[in-house]
Amino acid sequence: MHTLFHKVWNAHAVRTLASGQTQLFVGLHLVHEVTSPQAFDMVRQHGWRVPYPERTFATVDHIVPTSSQKRPFIDLTAEQMTSALEGNCREFGITLYAPGGDGGDNQGIVHVIGPELGLTQPGMTIACGDSHTSTHGALGAIAFGIGTSQVRDVLASQCLALDPLKVRRIEVTGRLRPGVFAKDVILTIIRRLGVNGGVGFAYEYAGPTIEGMTIDERMTICNMSIEGGARAGYVNPDDTTFAFLEGRRFAPQGAAFGRAVEWWRQIASDAGATYDDVVTIDASAIEPTVTWGINPGQSVGIHESIAANADPEALAFMGFSGGAPVEGTRIDVAFIGSCTNGRLSDLEEAAKVVRGRRVASHVQALVVPGSQAVRRAAEARGLDEIFTKAGFEWRGAGCSMCLAMNPDKLEGQQVCASSSNRNFKGRQGSPTGRTLLMSPAMVAAAAVAGEVVDVREMLEEVPA
Amino acid sequence: MAAITAVAGRGLPLRGADLDTDRIMPARFLRAVTFEGLEHHLFEDDRAADPAHPFSDPRYRGATVLVVNRNFGCGSSREHAPQGLARYGIKAIVGESFSEIFLGNSSVLGMPCLTASPESIDALQSLLEREPQIVIDVRVDTGVVTAGDLHVQAQMPPGMRDAFLTDQWNPTAMLLDRYEQVRAVATSLPYISGFQE
Ligand code: SF4
Repeated sequence: MHTLFHKVWNAHAVRTLASGQTQLFVGLHLVHEVTSPQAFDMVRQHGWRVPYPERTFATVDHIVPTSSQKRPFIDLTAEQMTSALEGNCREFGITLYAPGGDGGDNQGIVHVIGPELGLTQPGMTIACGDSHTSTHGALGAIAFGIGTSQVRDVLASQCLALDPLKVRRIEVTGRLRPGVFAKDVILTIIRRLGVNGGVGFAYEYAGPTIEGMTIDERMTICNMSIEGGARAGYVNPDDTTFAFLEGRRFAPQGAAFGRAVEWWRQIASDAGATYDDVVTIDASAIEPTVTWGINPGQSVGIHESIAANADPEALAFMGFSGGAPVEGTRIDVAFIGSCTNGRLSDLEEAAKVVRGRRVASHVQALVVPGSQAVRRAAEARGLDEIFTKAGFEWRGAGCSMCLAMNPDKLEGQQVCASSSNRNFKGRQGSPTGRTLLMSPAMVAAAAVAGEVVDVREMLEEVPA
Repeated sequence: MAAITAVAGRGLPLRGADLDTDRIMPARFLRAVTFEGLEHHLFEDDRAADPAHPFSDPRYRGATVLVVNRNFGCGSSREHAPQGLARYGIKAIVGESFSEIFLGNSSVLGMPCLTASPESIDALQSLLEREPQIVIDVRVDTGVVTAGDLHVQAQMPPGMRDAFLTDQWNPTAMLLDRYEQVRAVATSLPYISGFQE
């Protein structure tokens, strides 16, 4: 009677190191331009080889411009970092998806393209030099965000030295009400368990509500595990998972797919598995949720007021007062994108709100698809036209304003309704910029209204 | 590399919970292919907003032991934050708690992070605010942190502590040792062969 976490851990454990940590084999290593150059340098300096180059895939996402992705990039630093990664991948025999290169049309945010290409599979251990690697757990993988020294370790040895985690099962029951999304569920979980409530844990998201979710929705949930302090988050693989993977480029094909499904089924948590902790969440009580503060745990339901005794530092930074509502807050920027909510289904939900409406005149609104494939699929459905007609900018794929390492940044104290995952001070490029996290549909509604509103009101009224 | 059993030096008290990696090292300074020079940008935005920020305070210049509060280093897995601190000259951090990724990233840089009770941390910070010149002695082996007459008991995960004491805090060499075991695990995983029979 074991959890998926323990089964995957045990299957990948090489040995116990003298430090007491476990040496864990990494089944899939994903690399991007920001956290890898120093790791490649260290590997080179030591004269190490990369023993499993076919198990590492690279892309560029964090720093690439999204206004134009023509090479050379207008941003010289972005060009320099991308060409450094190209050189490193060539030297070590690693596949890279970058604009202007072979397979460049597979480029995108690393956590979007992994599942999209079928690289992410149940039962794998996955590592990437990025904290939102937990996203890949949506397919039943155990996925860790790692630092650059660990990227070096994985390159050189295909292994990590890690301490095992405890497992907390988060059982979500009840139907989500219309206009309430996976993003609202994970914001509610983090609010309830705290931004460091997950320290030492992997989160297993389970229960009928999660089982009824698409893989995209599960990815939104798993993505933000790290915002709750959990090092990893996952959903047990099921028929939804297998259907998602079937036919994807790197998924097993033909008879091998059948054998894979058998293995994937038995790697899932056993019915009687024991957990270190179990928490239950009633999804039917969740409202569209918005953060008001400077960490993702500081949120309220759209019609709820901020607590009178809320963290004064956060209130002061955000310009809110205790006891006040967030609804009605004027916004300056609306950002739809990121590895949390930059997939096709997210853009579709936002487009439903935007269709036939206009972005408020004082709002800068942008849609940044999570990958070039998402962008192409959205264009095939005419979503780009819905967005641009409404006054949104339609961009190339990348992280963009999620962390503002490219020219997409807030200015001064601008307020941004954002579908991303972090509302830390300065996260969106201006030290005094203010971020309100919410679902993509809520961002779309805020863009149109020019202020934070309940998206359900817009879903009900039919625009002329 | 060498075993790390203790760190002694002047301290730098930095108050505040949930100081995330973007505040330690604003993301715009990550636009580089090396870690060089990061030490100049630590807390740059916080320092601009607060001229009295401890990292701008000349009394703490040259400090090697950072004393912080709850959930220090939360946020990104990017190593730029601990790299910046290490390059600045920080050799150990004592705090109420740390994010796990930050803790791991710091320890592979040879920068032990120890946790102690909120009361102990407050006492250390208050002491450093009163007497910036005082030397803090951080014992990795016993977990005792001493500054003047103040003795505080701090903790560290035992595996991590042993790694510092036995010079195994940088794991790459260990991971490359006995590589046939790694190959055996890889071969046993059905997906490595693409689920071929
Ligand atoms: S979209 Fe944001 S959170 Fe996701 S990988 Fe990019 S920067 Fe990180």
